[in-house]
Amino acid sequence: MTTPLVQVEDLTVDFGDVRAVDGLSFTLEAGAALGVVGESGSGKSASASALLGLHRGTGARVTGTVRVAGTDVGAADEAELRALRGAKAAMVFQDPLSSLDPYYTVGDQIAEVYRVHNRVSRRAARARAVEVLDRVGIPEAVRRSRSRPHEFSGGMRQRALIAMALACEPRLIVADEPTTALDVTVQAQILDLLHDLRRETGTALLLVTHDVGVAAESVDEVLVMQHGRAVERGPVAEVLGAPRQPYTRELLASVPRVDARRPAGPVPGPRAAAPETGPLLEALGLRREFGRGSSRVTAVDDVSLTVHAGETLGIVGESGSGKTTLGRMLVRLDDPTGGRLRYGGREIGSLPEKALRPFRRELQMVFQDPVASLNPRRSVGESVADPLRAAGETDETRIRDRVSGLLERVGLDAGRYERYPHEFSGGQRQRIGIARVLAADPKLIVCDEPVSALDVTTQAQVIALLGELQRELGIGLVFIAHDLAVVRQVSDRVAVMRQGRIVEQGAVDEVYGSPQDAYTKQLLAAVPTLDPARAAARRAARSELAVA
Amino acid sequence: MTGFLLRRLGGAVFVLLSLTVILYAVFYVAPGDVAQIACGPRCSPAQVAQVTEQLRLDDPVYTQYGHFLQGIVAGRDFSTGTGVDHCSAPCLGVSYQSDQQVMRLILTKLPVTGSLVVGAFVCWILLGVGTGVLSVWRRGRITERLLTWLTLAGTATPVFVIGLLLIIVFCSTLQWLPSPTYVPFTEDPEQWAWGLLLPWVSLALIESAKYARLTRSSMLETLAEDHVRTFRAYGVGERAVIGRHALRGAVAPVIALSALDFGSMFGGAVLTESLFGIPGLGRELVHAVKVVDLPVVVGMVLVTGFFVVLANAVADMLYALADRRVVLS
Repeated sequence: MTTPLVQVEDLTVDFGDVRAVDGLSFTLEAGAALGVVGESGSGKSASASALLGLHRGTGARVTGTVRVAGTDVGAADEAELRALRGAKAAMVFQDPLSSLDPYYTVGDQIAEVYRVHNRVSRRAARARAVEVLDRVGIPEAVRRSRSRPHEFSGGMRQRALIAMALACEPRLIVADEPTTALDVTVQAQILDLLHDLRRETGTALLLVTHDVGVAAESVDEVLVMQHGRAVERGPVAEVLGAPRQPYTRELLASVPRVDARRPAGPVPGPRAAAPETGPLLEALGLRREFGRGSSRVTAVDDVSLTVHAGETLGIVGESGSGKTTLGRMLVRLDDPTGGRLRYGGREIGSLPEKALRPFRRELQMVFQDPVASLNPRRSVGESVADPLRAAGETDETRIRDRVSGLLERVGLDAGRYERYPHEFSGGQRQRIGIARVLAADPKLIVCDEPVSALDVTTQAQVIALLGELQRELGIGLVFIAHDLAVVRQVSDRVAVMRQGRIVEQGAVDEVYGSPQDAYTKQLLAAVPTLDPARAAARRAARSELAVA
Repeated sequence: MTGFLLRRLGGAVFVLLSLTVILYAVFYVAPGDVAQIACGPRCSPAQVAQVTEQLRLDDPVYTQYGHFLQGIVAGRDFSTGTGVDHCSAPCLGVSYQSDQQVMRLILTKLPVTGSLVVGAFVCWILLGVGTGVLSVWRRGRITERLLTWLTLAGTATPVFVIGLLLIIVFCSTLQWLPSPTYVPFTEDPEQWAWGLLLPWVSLALIESAKYARLTRSSMLETLAEDHVRTFRAYGVGERAVIGRHALRGAVAPVIALSALDFGSMFGGAVLTESLFGIPGLGRELVHAVKVVDLPVVVGMVLVTGFFVVLANAVADMLYALADRRVVLS
């Protein structure tokens, strides 16, 4: 029997008092593909970094043995380690913008790496850089190799990083969340690329991801991690199809499915009642332009939509599609440059700030980043009390009672009134954000990517909370997200945005079930599925759509 | 690019004009009879009146300012008591004290200060950036602590202490160097360099401390960035990581600071000039302020201001060259 390419035995990584990886052992054969799946803090990235000895000099304590392509990573000296890195095992990092040096051209950076491991001339190294850039599908590779990273799109930067990994023909590619920062259609392209490269070069792949769907698309085997330990390992179809461990089952149950219908609520949908009362919010030909003259950009272009009380309108789109700008305009955090916006039958699109004040309380927004949207220097209770004070409430006991009630309502302990945001987890912070919005007694809430920063299990809980609140309070909800599966879970109706326009709008099951617009079809085809067999079939379908 | 330059030029003219207005206003309210000082302590009231007349000091301040502007644009004539002296545009006026044209005065002093500043600038950049790189390279070791301590001492020591020490050690005790003197570059380049060596070094020792710290902190910041991790993960050695990637991150802040220092040094190297007996702009400026010689002061300040503005415009262009993400606008 041959020695495996990667052998990890009893690996432990400590950052100070925190044990990130706890006694992890696994092997990876040459040419195989293993997905390491887990939620944030499960130790998956720390394990991946250990394969290349990247913890050296960082203050992290590493024990156990790691052997990669014949190198004992723990015992290797600096020179041996450098010979391993890039040449035998190459890493593809998560954030493609910050992972490339902004000051040098992409071609020079790849050539630099190539020259570290190969005694060749500058010119030959540059030629190799162009060759690999061409291989990963960068058009006009010769010209684009002279561009700097900021002149590349996100997907092209990720391709460039993969090209760098390919440059020295390594036996192992370690990809740490390679598609997390990308739009779903670009993600599909990158995963297809990795798939093709692996088949073509016989390189082994270790793919670290929080997204089970991404793993299902790309690997043969998965390793599920929790709290630094391996929970379950096996062929991808087996683990995802018939998980043996409770944690794996819980994880899979939390993953939103783009092909699953929305769980029916206990209360009959309020859509039936809606036509009698008329829409809560109505946008007609809404526009938003930025800049002047030749640099003018139309972020939102002629958008018309309605939101009824007790209904959720989902807005999906990729980055730059204008969905956030639209959401901000709906609550008048941004001023439309054209079109009309009616709230409860009254035109509010062009109202000046002073006349808007009575409506401010009723139109609320929940933001994406639960860390950045809470003041770190104020207790969470005080943050939640803000809307009450703004509304003129001065009775401290009443404020305290109401805030405590709200904190309990969103599932937090009211006794934590005096605590500060950093003492809460991401999901809890988002709950605090929701409590603050509820304090204003809103009629309409616009949620802008409210769960995209959260792990799937937390995500599922926050989504469930939003659904409950909506049924209970009968508010209108606009749910903006890039994740098609999440939007399907929460929405009654959905609008698909592209380049500032709504390309398709309708009842959620219709849009997802039989999409009419080509772009919607493309989006849906790009969403990773949990079934590896279907993933392969859809990979083929994608290449057809790309041609069309 | 052209638009950027035009806008910078407009901004520069505005800044410089504002400077002259402020200076005229300050001198107008400042105490001291200019004519009396210009004429000397033994002048009779009649002579003082004549000087007042000759220098047109009895005109209202805005008329005087108007003449000054006219001189810059079109040149002007001055009565010397016996005849008329023409000062061609751009004319910065005539010294109240020496009847010398300010422009000529500045043009004789400019190469002196220029020699001092440019030489010192080269020294302090080399020394400062070099020290910074070295302390990053040896970070966490005794060398770094020693360098940090030295740069702190450098910033804390006044130029006249360092300068005096250097003179005592190298000129008096060891007698390795001649006493610092200024010999024009055009006369004898070798003597020019030897004569200015100590002034350069003392200025550089003080200025470089800032640069060492700035270089060090910018490089450490860059070293913590993701792209440095990428190159380490691809087996790029520490020397290349520091020399190519980390140092590159320090270029922009060093350029920005250099621009400010380089420009202001033209009027601000007074102590160094006095200590080493270099007849430069700084010494002349201090003297002119002492004797309330308005035209000389205004002229000098304009020149200093000009260099500050120029250095900053050059810095902005270098900045855009160093970091292609910057767009000049």
